[in-house]
Amino acid sequence: MGAVMGTFSSLQTKQRRPSKDKIEDELEMTIVCHRPEGLEQLEAQTNFTKRELQVLYRGFKNECPSGVVNEETFKQIYAQFFPHGDASTYAHYLFNAFDTTQTGSVKFEDFVTALSILLRGTVHEKLRWTFNLYDINKDGYINKEEMIDIVKAIYDMMGKYTYPVLKEDTPRQHVDVFFQKMDKNKDGIVTLDEFLESCQEDDNIMRSLQLFQNVM
Amino acid sequence: MAAGVAAWLPFARAAAIGWMPVANCPMPLAPADKNKRQDELIILNVSGRRFQTWRTTLERYPDTLLGSTEKEFFFNEDTKEYFFDRDPEVFRCVLNFYRTGKLHYPRYECISAYDDELAFYGILPEIIGDCCYEEYKDRKRENAERLMDDNDSENNQESMPSLSFRQTMWRAFENPHTSTLALVFYYVTGFFIAVSVITNVVETVPCGTVPGSKELPCGERYSVAFFCLDTACVMIFTVEYLLRLFAPPSRYRFIRSVMSIIDVVAIMPYYIGLVMTDNEDVSGAFVTLRVFRVFRIFKFSRHSQGLRILGYTLKSCASELGFLLFSLTMAIIIFATVMFYAEKGSSASKFTSIPASFWYTIVTMTTLGYGDMVPKTIAGKIFGSICSLSGVLVIALPVPVIVSNFSRIYHQNQRADKRRAQKKARLARIRVAKTGSSNAYLHSKRNGLLNEALELTGTPEDEHMGKTTSLIESQHHHLLHCLEKTTNHEFIDEQMFEQNCMESSMQNYPSTRSPSLSSHPGLTTTCCSRRSKKTTHLPNSNLPATRLRSMQELSTIHIQGSEQPSLTTSRSSLNLKADDGLRPNCKTSQITTAIISIPTPPALTPEGESRPPPASPGPNTNIPSIASNVVKVSAL
Repeated sequence: MGAVMGTFSSLQTKQRRPSKDKIEDELEMTIVCHRPEGLEQLEAQTNFTKRELQVLYRGFKNECPSGVVNEETFKQIYAQFFPHGDASTYAHYLFNAFDTTQTGSVKFEDFVTALSILLRGTVHEKLRWTFNLYDINKDGYINKEEMIDIVKAIYDMMGKYTYPVLKEDTPRQHVDVFFQKMDKNKDGIVTLDEFLESCQEDDNIMRSLQLFQNVM
Repeated sequence: MAAGVAAWLPFARAAAIGWMPVANCPMPLAPADKNKRQDELIILNVSGRRFQTWRTTLERYPDTLLGSTEKEFFFNEDTKEYFFDRDPEVFRCVLNFYRTGKLHYPRYECISAYDDELAFYGILPEIIGDCCYEEYKDRKRENAERLMDDNDSENNQESMPSLSFRQTMWRAFENPHTSTLALVFYYVTGFFIAVSVITNVVETVPCGTVPGSKELPCGERYSVAFFCLDTACVMIFTVEYLLRLFAPPSRYRFIRSVMSIIDVVAIMPYYIGLVMTDNEDVSGAFVTLRVFRVFRIFKFSRHSQGLRILGYTLKSCASELGFLLFSLTMAIIIFATVMFYAEKGSSASKFTSIPASFWYTIVTMTTLGYGDMVPKTIAGKIFGSICSLSGVLVIALPVPVIVSNFSRIYHQNQRADKRRAQKKARLARIRVAKTGSSNAYLHSKRNGLLNEALELTGTPEDEHMGKTTSLIESQHHHLLHCLEKTTNHEFIDEQMFEQNCMESSMQNYPSTRSPSLSSHPGLTTTCCSRRSKKTTHLPNSNLPATRLRSMQELSTIHIQGSEQPSLTTSRSSLNLKADDGLRPNCKTSQITTAIISIPTPPALTPEGESRPPPASPGPNTNIPSIASNVVKVSAL
């Protein structure tokens, strides 16, 4: 009898402990909060001035009081700028490009590092960042499927009401044009060097990369 | 766009670099940040309490007082702060709105004071957040009802000689306290209703014996007197009904109302009786009709507020009562069946059929127990006792529980309905905001194009067109423009999209037809036919000619992109209707030619030469909407 009671009690305690852990886990998740490194360190790491970092952080913290952006919030924020269509796929790829450490959340340092490259970086850095964005599986090569995904995501942002009417194979055609330009050795994939070379040959691209110089 | 999100616009624009390698066309220029001021703190002094915030925080909402240049009127040069002589408590909520993007309504605040403050700061109350919106709406409704009551009582006291006789009569009927005559009428009708009801009742009382005959009810003994009384009452009711029929503003609605039906039912038996007195066969039916005279008692509901409330309560609880009745019916049927089969065996049983057992079941379940039907078999007695016990349970116990339950569920339903309605309203608001922002982009595109077209002719008319969009808006629009360039497609609104779909499905008009249009060289403009890509040459050539003529009308051009689609509903009427709109410029003989449609403004993009020139022949065949808009005006 005592043995039975003993096993019962041990069973119960075993069951009770995981549930307590679960509560603690839940508590942990809700109070996760991140504070960025110091202002001086960020200023050293990025190309922004202190004032600009201040403005950036205020906006960032306002929208994400916990200090990190998760993918859902990221998608919501990005979707606000594109009311016509569905920006969630492109936002997903953007998120993966921002989240360099693949942790599932973007901290302020990641955010500011990426912005520094995009707004204040050299052409080389910008192109490399873009290559990283297109390379969905981060294997160092862009193949056609990845490109089609990206282009389709861009077209999704246009929404339904466009002129001319979006057809099914428009993204694919667009990708074909892209690959014709970028894929030098016609092996079906674009490497980083091919990408850099082709972009630097194209004046349009070079000019448009400088477009957002004065964003901050 | 939400306030906080505006802070992320730089990020969205930076992310647009990801589109650049994919795009085939050059990107439009970014809007210049003319006043690149460093962000500064500004001090807002509200009745002595100082609030401080960044200037950019306030500029998030440029169409409010604090976000626009209107606040400069309150700038105090001596103290270098903005002074507002308003309530600092409410200002706290207002400022939090700028900071967080959500407007809250404090519960302790008076609703009209809050509304006044919001109106002062130029904030629409519709954007109150969902957390406080219900409370706000409830208080607003209460306030409105209070104001209405006040107005009503005010109206009642003041004399309104300007009302017509009919309107005064209607007011007198609806509200007897308005004048003495109405009050007299009210009491007279009430008295006669009472007299009529009492007459009906006393008619049937046995009135003592007339010597030589059996006991008679009073109605038959003093039949003449009763008949006179009845006639008088019915005459009064008829006159009243006719007057009520004459007075109301909407007779149809009045006829359909419950009270008028009661009125009619109350007086009909008398008239039918007048018609049918001589026919003995239908006298039975006539007698039945007299029952309807009792409906006169319902006329009292006009005189009694309580009766009306009771009627309304019953009506509103109809579903709950219905359910109660249904469950009772189920129980009755079950027990009646059981009792019938239990008592089948016994002789001389009163339970002749199941419907006959219904009576027993009802009497037993409601614990009445008349005793006219009793079970005789043992099984019958057992089931009979179960029936009476369950009767107590089925009827007596759950009624209060059901009543309170249903009252709670009823209120919950009301709240659920309210929440559903609010959700619909909220989604509608979000949709409106979304379409607002997308429409804003389309509008600014058209405005921007008009501006550029204006610049072509070099006249300083730029003040007329387009309102000055904030820097954030222009940056946002630039971003959307880049997206259009990347994908080589344009944003259009829904109606135009549907037109395009219609067109593309009717692309049987061969392009060989369009040269026939070019055979009309005398036309400055032609009816429009749109191919997949447009030429940009035409507008520049046409614009100067038409532009000079219609310079003064430019300021009155309303971009009628949204109006025009209404012209083109069906394919067959397409040509005719388009002709109506562009009559002075199109030859009607062109009905047989190419598709007439209203093109979209974005066709006119002077910088968009990168778009490959269309395959359509001849510059005369195409005309963008700018010219057509202009044409419409200059057709005068």
